[in-house]
Amino acid sequence: MYLLVLYFPISSVLLLWLFGRFFGRIGSSIIAITNCFFALMVSLFCFYEVCLMQSVCYLTCFDWFKVSILNFSWGFLYDSLTCVMLIVVTAISCLVHLYSYDYMNGDPFLVRFMSYLSLFTAFMLFLVTAKNFAQLFLGWEGVGISSYLLISFWFTRQKAVKSALKAVIVNRVGDLGLLIGISLCFFFFKSLDFNFISFMASLYTVDDFVFFGFSISSLFLINLFLFIGVVGKSAQVGLHTWLPDAMEGPTPVSALIHAATMVTAGVFLLLRCSTLFELSTDFLKVVVVVGGLTSFFAAVVGAFQHDLKKIIAYSTCSQLGYMVFACGLSNFQGAIFHLSNHAFFKALLFLSAGAVIHAVSDEQDIRKMGGLVKLLPLSYICFLIGSLALTGFPFLTGFYSKDFILEGACSLYTVEGFFVFFIGSTAAFFTAFYSMRLLTLVFFGKFNGYKGSLVGVHESPVYMTFVLSILAFLSIFIGFMCKDMFVGMGSSFWGVSLGFGVINWNYFELELIPVVYKMIPLVFSFVGLFLGYVAVSYFKGFFIYVLSVKKYVNFSVFIVKSVIFLYTFFNKKFCFDEFYNKYIVLNFLEFGFSFMFRVIDRGFVEIFGPLGSVRILTNVGSTVLYLQNGKLSFYFSTMFYGLVLIYVFITIL
Amino acid sequence: MIWFLYLPFVLFLIGVYGIFFSRKNIIIVIMSIELLLLACNINFLLYSLLWWDLVGQIFTLIILTVAASESAIGLAILVVFYRLQGYIAVDSIQNIKG
Repeated sequence: MYLLVLYFPISSVLLLWLFGRFFGRIGSSIIAITNCFFALMVSLFCFYEVCLMQSVCYLTCFDWFKVSILNFSWGFLYDSLTCVMLIVVTAISCLVHLYSYDYMNGDPFLVRFMSYLSLFTAFMLFLVTAKNFAQLFLGWEGVGISSYLLISFWFTRQKAVKSALKAVIVNRVGDLGLLIGISLCFFFFKSLDFNFISFMASLYTVDDFVFFGFSISSLFLINLFLFIGVVGKSAQVGLHTWLPDAMEGPTPVSALIHAATMVTAGVFLLLRCSTLFELSTDFLKVVVVVGGLTSFFAAVVGAFQHDLKKIIAYSTCSQLGYMVFACGLSNFQGAIFHLSNHAFFKALLFLSAGAVIHAVSDEQDIRKMGGLVKLLPLSYICFLIGSLALTGFPFLTGFYSKDFILEGACSLYTVEGFFVFFIGSTAAFFTAFYSMRLLTLVFFGKFNGYKGSLVGVHESPVYMTFVLSILAFLSIFIGFMCKDMFVGMGSSFWGVSLGFGVINWNYFELELIPVVYKMIPLVFSFVGLFLGYVAVSYFKGFFIYVLSVKKYVNFSVFIVKSVIFLYTFFNKKFCFDEFYNKYIVLNFLEFGFSFMFRVIDRGFVEIFGPLGSVRILTNVGSTVLYLQNGKLSFYFSTMFYGLVLIYVFITIL
Repeated sequence: MIWFLYLPFVLFLIGVYGIFFSRKNIIIVIMSIELLLLACNINFLLYSLLWWDLVGQIFTLIILTVAASESAIGLAILVVFYRLQGYIAVDSIQNIKG
C-alpha cells in the first residue's frame, strides 16, 4: 500500500512515454490526472496511518548494490515529515496536472508535457520517501533533470533553453556540495541510512577532522557541504540566480516545480538531517545568516522587478529564506509548517498569474497591464487571496507560519535571533509592498498595454477555475487547520522525524514575548500594503518608467541620478548575474577553452591517445616496409639469421 | 643404435646448406627442403624404433604426404613463374613483393 504512492506516477510516466501516441491528448491527460489523484489518495492514507495514528513505517525492499561495506538497499521511510511532504507534492501535482490540461490545451505536445510532469512527481516522491542518502540523491538529481526538461519545454525559444541550462549548471554546484556531504557522511559513519546517521551523530560532536594540519569539526564539515546542496536547490543567496530565470518555462511548471515542491527539496534535506545540523551549533549560525539574507535580498529585488512571474519567483526565494533561517534557529516545526503552507498559496499565486498571462495573450510585463479587475474578477480574487496569504494578513495561511517563525526568532534572545527577526520583518514589509504593487499595476487603474492584447481577454476555462478555487480555499484555511497539529508546545505530531536541541526548545516562550515584538511583523506588513497601494497609485509613472522621476519633483540632479541608479541596481538584481558572468563564468570559459580543451583534450589526451598512436604506427610501418624488398636470396638469408638467433637465444636461456 | 642418429643430422645440415647457399637454381631449394623433411622422417623412425612406439612411424606417414603436396605446390608455382618470367635462378628473383 505504501509503495503504491510511488507506483502511480511511475506507471503514468511509462504509459505516456511508451503509448502516449495511441491514447491521444485527452486519454493521456486522463491517465496522468487519475494516476496523480490516486497517488494523492494513497498519500492521504499514509498521512492517516503514519501521522495521525503515529506508526512510522520503514520498508526495506531489495539490495541495489554492494561494494565492500558500502551497501545500498532500496528502502522507504514513511515518517510524519515524509507524509506531510507526500500530501503537499501529490496535492499540488494533481491540481497542476488538471490545470495544465486547460492551460496547455493549444500546445501540440501536451502528452509530453503531462509525462514530464508525472516524471517530476515520481522523482519528487522518490526524494521524500528515501531511506538513505543514495536514494535521496537519485530523487534530487531526477527532479533537477525534470526541471531542466520542463523549463526548456518550448525548446524552440532560445531564452528557455538558456535558462534551462543555467538552472542545471547552477544546480550542479549545489549538487557537487551535496555529493561531497554524502561522501563525508559515509566516511564518518560508514553508512548512508538516515536513522543510523541520526543515532550515531551525537558520538561525533567532539570529533575533529584533521586535514593538512587544519582541524575542523567533522559535523561542521558535513553540514557545510550538505548546506551547499541546500543553497543550490533552494535558491538561497549566492546560488539563487537560476530561479528567476527558470520562469521561462510554462506557468504550471513554475507553480509546481519552482514554487511549491522542487525548491523546497533543499529545506526538506535540512529537516531530514535536522539531527546533524542540530548537533553542530556553530554551523546553525551560518544557516541563519544565509537564510535571513536571502529572505531580505529577494524581497527587496522582487519589489523592483517588471516581469509578473519573476516577482513571484523572488517572492518564492524570499519565503525559502524564511524556511532556511527557521531551520537555522532550530525551529524545524515552523519551517515545515511554512513549507506546506507556502506550497499552497504560492501555487495559487502562480496559477492565477498564469490565468492572467493566459488572458492577456501571453503578456508578462506588469507595466503593460492594469485595470484587469473588471475583466478578470475571478483571477483577481484568487490573486488577492494568494497575495494576502503571502504577506501574512491576519488569519490567512501565511500569517500563522510566518508569525510563528518570526516570533520563534525573537524569543530566542540571541544576537542572530534578533538579527533575523528584524531582517525578516523588513522582508515582510517588502513582501507586502511588492504584492500590493503587483496587484495595483495589474488589476487597478487603467489598462496600459497594447489594445491588441485585450482582444482575446477571457476568464479561465472550467478546470483552471476549479483548481484556482480549490487552492484559494486551501490558502485561506489550511494554516488555521494545521496550526495546532503541526506546531507548538503540545504537538507530538512530528514524533522523532525532526531532531531538536533542548537549548533551542522555545515553543513556550514564543507565545509570551512582548506584544510590541509580536506586532512588529504585522505592522510592517500593513505599512507595506498601504505604501504599495498609495505609492504605486500616485507615482504610477515612476514605477512604470523610472526616468520619469524627473517630472515629479524638482530635486537636484544628484538626487535624481542616485534614485535612478538605485532603482536600476535593484532592478538588475544587485548585479549578481553581471558579477558572475564577468568574474566567474568568463574565467571558467576561458580556462575551459584555453586549458582544458586546447591543452588537455586536443593536446595531451589527443597526442598520447588516438592521434599519437596513429602517427607511431605509420612511422614504424613505413620503416618495416623496407624489409620486404622482393629479393628471394635476402628472404632466405633473413630466415637463416633468424633461425641462428633463435637457436642462440634458446641455448642461452 | 645412437650412432645411426648422425645420418639424419648430416642430412639436415646438407639440406640447410642447400637452401641458404644455393645461388643458381630454385629447384635445388625445393629439393633441399625435401631433404630436411626426410631427415626429420628418419629421425622419427629411429626414435620410434628406439622407444618401441608406433606414433613416430604414423607421424612419418603424415609428414610424407605433407611433403609430397608441398613439393607439388612448389613445383607448380615454379612452372608458372618460369612461364611468366623466363628464369628460375635464385639470384635473379628480385620482385616477389606485394
